[in-house]
Amino acid sequence: MRSDRIAAIVGVAESDLGLTPGKTVLQLQAQAAKAALADAGLEKRDVDALFVAGNWSWSPNLMLAEYLGIQPRYTDGTNIGGSSFEAHLGHALAGIETGRFEVALITYGSTQRSDQSRNRPIEHATLAEQFERPYGLPAPVGAYALAAMRHMYQYGTTSEQLAEIAVATRKWAMLNEKAMMRTPIIIDDVLNSRWIAEPLHLLDCCLVTDGGGAVVVASAKRARDTRKTPVWVLGHGETHTHYGITNMPDLTVTGAVQTGRDAMAMAGVTHDEIDVVEIYDSFTITVLLTLEALGFCQPGEGGAFVSGQRTAPGGPFPMNTNGGGLSYCHPGMYGIFLLIEATRQLRGECKERQVPDAKIALAHGTGGVLSSAATIILGRDA
Amino acid sequence: MAEHIPVPMPDGDSKVFWEGVKQGKLLIQRCDACQRFIFYPRSICPHCFADTLSWVEAQGTGTIYSYTVVHRAFGPFAGQAPYMVAIVELAEGVRMMTRITGSEPNAGAVRIGAAVRVVFVEADEDVTLPYFQLV
Repeated sequence: MRSDRIAAIVGVAESDLGLTPGKTVLQLQAQAAKAALADAGLEKRDVDALFVAGNWSWSPNLMLAEYLGIQPRYTDGTNIGGSSFEAHLGHALAGIETGRFEVALITYGSTQRSDQSRNRPIEHATLAEQFERPYGLPAPVGAYALAAMRHMYQYGTTSEQLAEIAVATRKWAMLNEKAMMRTPIIIDDVLNSRWIAEPLHLLDCCLVTDGGGAVVVASAKRARDTRKTPVWVLGHGETHTHYGITNMPDLTVTGAVQTGRDAMAMAGVTHDEIDVVEIYDSFTITVLLTLEALGFCQPGEGGAFVSGQRTAPGGPFPMNTNGGGLSYCHPGMYGIFLLIEATRQLRGECKERQVPDAKIALAHGTGGVLSSAATIILGRDA
Repeated sequence: MAEHIPVPMPDGDSKVFWEGVKQGKLLIQRCDACQRFIFYPRSICPHCFADTLSWVEAQGTGTIYSYTVVHRAFGPFAGQAPYMVAIVELAEGVRMMTRITGSEPNAGAVRIGAAVRVVFVEADEDVTLPYFQLV
């Protein structure tokens, strides 16, 4: 593990999650930001950089900063979908490393469930979308279904293997009081749930919820004055490979091949040093493809890798320990929650779901339709 | 209110393609510099960055690269489910999204690698799209 300490996550918090009728995206982010700063023991006036991603304004940074009363000296609205927050954290590390600011606030909020704002019809299909939208592929699940079908064709991956991920993730959710879905499921429940887009069943798909989150990042100097154990940002990698699923170079290989390699090289860690992984689980296939791309197993071996509940509580590969997007919450762009859970695991705050003595965590976000990838390696002092 | 499918909007890159579709031709581009085929249409080659591209008529044949049977559909597509959306790899090597038509979902014939040929289908009022069917 690299020995230099540049930037750390010092505060994390969720807002209300699940169904939040009457709440706005600004309220959810204000709630999460206040709680994350309190978690850090910092004040709003300490924040000098703001990172926001959302689709609720033409400029989420401008509106949220106005609402919170922040005039940052550094602002970043990178929006590459659900992996945006892993990208933000990497950018915050770079900004702190070059001395541009000391304390960054990263926020996300969505009321997509209360708004029922997913899959609203559009009249016209423009630019690159005119070659996809007229065919009625439901977004984003149809794209992931195409990838799953191809993976099954190439490697013999089965629906049972994908279901292993949903079942193991539910077991983690049963240990998290904040998780939305906490009743146990078995593999047959996944296989017997209705088709959404073949080969994906309902229980292969993430939840649709409201919710928000915030992460506070500080320089090594400022991290010394915060309330909790700093969780150091050791490695980062990001990329995107396509916008529309038609143009994904290989439906079975994600950008995580590059981002995982970059992040692990930067952090100076190897696969077997990683104690806990939080992998964006928009769909079960997302996880399987990501595990292969990150190099935890060979291409095509993802199905065998997750079989036998290896990723469940007590298994050899603790993964998605909060219950994931599949069972805990999924307010549209889930990536910020990967960072929140990885931080809590490294602080040892996770009670029944705590991975014993977790020192190094990997968080990997996926955005769009397997379009963007961003990997973060976090570590605590021994 | 009758719901219509999202209507493709021809633009400076795509006008020739959609005019071809109306005439029953599947037009794609080829880079004059590196000779690679290109889809969707662009003003610049994404391979070698040359900006001299020519239109050619594709053979109209290819294979299914992947497909899905859509069961939960939305808006104008809700009443059509189940239907098959695919990515087809043309004989020229480029891929395009399409519908597979003329076969029943789950009858076994539609599978990855199956040979397909383009057909032009009026998908909505004044909207003709290239679909594919098994050869």
